[in-house]
Amino acid sequence: MTLVAQTNIEDHLRPILDKVSDPEIPVLTVLDLGVIREAIEKKGTVYIKLTPTYSGCPAMDVIGDDLKAAFAEAGMNAKVELVLAPAWTTDWISEQGKRKMEAYGIAAPLEETADKEALLGDAKVVKCTNCGSTNTHLVSQFGSTACKALFKCDECLEPFDYFKCLK
Amino acid sequence: MKNETLYQYILCIADNSLILGQRLGELCGHGPSLETDIAITNIALDLIGQTRSYYQYAARLIDEEKTEDDIAFLRLEREYKNVLLVEQPNTHFGYVMARQFLFDVYHLMFLEKLQYSKDDQLVAVAKKGIKEVSYHKRFSSDWVKRLGDGTEESRQKMQEAVDDLWRFTNELFLMTDAEKTMAANGIGVDIAQLKEEYYKEVSDVLKEATLTVPENTYFTKGGKEGIHTEHMGYILSELQYMQRTYPNMTW
Repeated sequence: MTLVAQTNIEDHLRPILDKVSDPEIPVLTVLDLGVIREAIEKKGTVYIKLTPTYSGCPAMDVIGDDLKAAFAEAGMNAKVELVLAPAWTTDWISEQGKRKMEAYGIAAPLEETADKEALLGDAKVVKCTNCGSTNTHLVSQFGSTACKALFKCDECLEPFDYFKCLK
Repeated sequence: MKNETLYQYILCIADNSLILGQRLGELCGHGPSLETDIAITNIALDLIGQTRSYYQYAARLIDEEKTEDDIAFLRLEREYKNVLLVEQPNTHFGYVMARQFLFDVYHLMFLEKLQYSKDDQLVAVAKKGIKEVSYHKRFSSDWVKRLGDGTEESRQKMQEAVDDLWRFTNELFLMTDAEKTMAANGIGVDIAQLKEEYYKEVSDVLKEATLTVPENTYFTKGGKEGIHTEHMGYILSELQYMQRTYPNMTW
């Protein structure tokens, strides 16, 4: 993981950032998701650079407001700037984030080749979050949010979301 | 205005995404199945998201007081520079997919060139957009093939849709003065160069879908110069309704 190298987050701000989660996937904090690219404090004001997962992700406005609220509670003023480059990739989701996602019922993104085989071909590689079987099939490339695809398990018959690999 | 030509150029790009996003948004809750309904609104969301990035940038070029919302909601019809293709109505699902496909092929080719622009902001939006539009194209191409190579009725409807929309495709490659200037100085894309590859790629998919590639050479144009089809007024009256009726209202 190159997550740490690519970001510039001051350690004392991490506990506060860790309180802010994705409104669509509440088990994931903004640090798990890798959307915070920079957080530095200058004279009591925290400057945050936030990157969207997808351009139109409506969660971004909410996350921006939640960040300001979390820092206000800690007695700090936060300024949030939305940055587009470099573009977010699912590689920036932390290992811990991927585990939490799985436990929450969303299959974590596979690496690029397997992802393509699952979404474009018929490869049975996406694991059901309910029973663990890979006997699953793609229902729709677009799921309940822009970042997910919809799958169904052919063993336990449960539908589930798969977080699409984005490179 | 700091850079009128760049501003006009951004509108040429962003208005396509805004109007197509608005058109797809009209289908929210009306898709033929839950999955396609969600897919269409996801695509609309991506397009509106890209539009916001472009307009936020464009707004900074006008003056400090303007925002993305002023550009989206408070222009007159003649000031919108989208191509005629994207404003065509949602008649049936096959038609919506044909329109989407004819635009997606162009859109992805365009963004793949825009990512090498000399303008950092446009590069950032393009790189983000490529990832999203790749999914759009995959979705619309799949449906063109599935309906084209489907039942007798679906094939006929898809063929009619392609035949009807074909006359709007040439406009994608016509360049306005702003586009020519921006292409010449390395910020914009020389879209006229994309034409041959576009028709080849589109034709390949149509053939795979067992459809006939239209041969008509009558093409229509005007959107890029602000001269729209009658559909545009209806789109704008819905899009702008709240801001026109309750100026400066916020959610």
